[in-house]
Amino acid sequence: MEVSREEILHIANLANLNLDENEIDKYILNLQDILNFANVVNNAPIDGLSETIGATENYNVFRKDEVKEYKDIEGLLQNAPEQDENMFKIPKVIN
Amino acid sequence: MSIVDLTVHELVEKLEKKELTITEINKAYAERIKEKEPEVGAFISDLSEDALEEAKKIEEKVSNGEIKNENHLAGIPIAIKDNMCVKGTRTTCASKMLENFVAPYDATVIEKLKAENLTFLGKVNMDEFAMGASTEYSALQKTKNPWNLNCVPGGSSGGSAAVVASKMAPWALGSDTGGSIRQPASFCGIVGLKPTYGLVSRYGLVAFASSLDQIGPMTRDVRDNAMLLNLIVGHDEHDSTSIKTEKKDYTKALVNDVKGLKIGLPKEYFGEGINEEVKASIDKVIEKYKELGAEVEECSLDIAEYALATYYIIACAEASSNLGRFDGIRYGYRTKNFKTLKDIYRNSRTEGFGDEVKRRIILGTYVLSSGYYDAYYKKAQQVRTLVRQEFNKAFEKYDLILTPTSPTTAFEIGTKSNNPLEMYLADICTVSINIAGVPAISVPCGTSSKGLPIGFQLIGKHFDEETIYRAAYTYEQNTDFKGLEG
Repeated sequence: MEVSREEILHIANLANLNLDENEIDKYILNLQDILNFANVVNNAPIDGLSETIGATENYNVFRKDEVKEYKDIEGLLQNAPEQDENMFKIPKVIN
Repeated sequence: MSIVDLTVHELVEKLEKKELTITEINKAYAERIKEKEPEVGAFISDLSEDALEEAKKIEEKVSNGEIKNENHLAGIPIAIKDNMCVKGTRTTCASKMLENFVAPYDATVIEKLKAENLTFLGKVNMDEFAMGASTEYSALQKTKNPWNLNCVPGGSSGGSAAVVASKMAPWALGSDTGGSIRQPASFCGIVGLKPTYGLVSRYGLVAFASSLDQIGPMTRDVRDNAMLLNLIVGHDEHDSTSIKTEKKDYTKALVNDVKGLKIGLPKEYFGEGINEEVKASIDKVIEKYKELGAEVEECSLDIAEYALATYYIIACAEASSNLGRFDGIRYGYRTKNFKTLKDIYRNSRTEGFGDEVKRRIILGTYVLSSGYYDAYYKKAQQVRTLVRQEFNKAFEKYDLILTPTSPTTAFEIGTKSNNPLEMYLADICTVSINIAGVPAISVPCGTSSKGLPIGFQLIGKHFDEETIYRAAYTYEQNTDFKGLEG
């Protein structure tokens, strides 16, 4: 399994990560190793088997769509890197 | 024998007979942590002084009747893996990303422990975001195996295993996505259970791979394990994957009898790659079960290799999605180096996540990306169906399946941390259990010539923790494994 430089940069972009030159080379090798190993799934006798998406048989678990007020605003904001008047603060998005 | 040598059920007995007080117990642990922590390095947050203060209050309330204490567990201390939220304390996941994150609420398991008035000795180390098998991927500190300080404690719940083994806590909670309770339990000579998926609420557990993660008990013996499981199970409206089941008392399953119990030994888990000493030790376990009247026979469960590949595809895919939330806006690390919003996202993630976490995010993003989804992710989900079917087939014939917990004993620090694939292979015996969602326990069964613990794994049917406990308890009662002394 060959992974190209373009591919790893594309994937890092999708994942919102920057990679420096050393990391690019390292992750290409790591990814190739792991994918070569992961290719054994192609030998598994899975013809005609459906996909399992979770560990239980449950499919949809519904509840009433009710608004519940969460009162601990301070608790929620205490971890914000930057905040102002009970809001999360971010850089200006629209010029 | 000192206080910290006692199991929780022994502590409870002594509290009832008034031979010990809640304060004495918490004081003994605070002192033990002061003595042992410098060499073991397990606590990210040492809360033992707070626990001692809390213990004094609890003692007062128990004596004046304000706390009913029906289960007699009030004031018993516990340690918590640092990926579970305890209100008002740091929950770091051993990551720079969450190094200063203070949990604004309690995880459901913590609420349940608080309802019994347990005290919290601290939050303990782990591989960053629970990704690893040695606790070496912690971004915050190194934890050593108390049996041999040159070795890893296993992972990812290595801190939990190390504090229980070194008697810095009587018991602890860990979490298990692919073996993260059982493998460190095996490496540190303690008992660790991964419950059936859905038995314990995951609310307040920082998500790694949501369809595989489960919280479970890590203890000195099987009785303590059943007692701790009793406290944490139950349906929770905050976790839609938690199951509504009848309330059980798992200690009722602790019967010293395995006569007629059918145990399967999947030959694929005893082959290549299993260390000879581990194999010899497990053979003795098998002989013991036969001697005690269990029907033990070889069987086939030809999924080990597929399961491991499938595990890394599914776990990384889910992790890449779950860890998308760390963006430097609402909580967690924020870069100082930004002009635009996009810079905040990218630079915070790049600077905040460690190497292994990034590797898994990249692998997960890759297998979910256009062009590779069908080749990897979809196939892995089909293999997941196959793994479930194979387990179901095996359980038509057997009550339990027995394997080694890990192919090796604890390895030396630094020997695997630079080879990701080799580290992944350490999980070969445990991941298929998470893929299938069934419960499994690791029980200590001996030590190697180098004096490192060995564990065996018992796997049960969905929601049949009782049979696992019965067999584990019977083994324990009829053998004489000694925990770490001193």
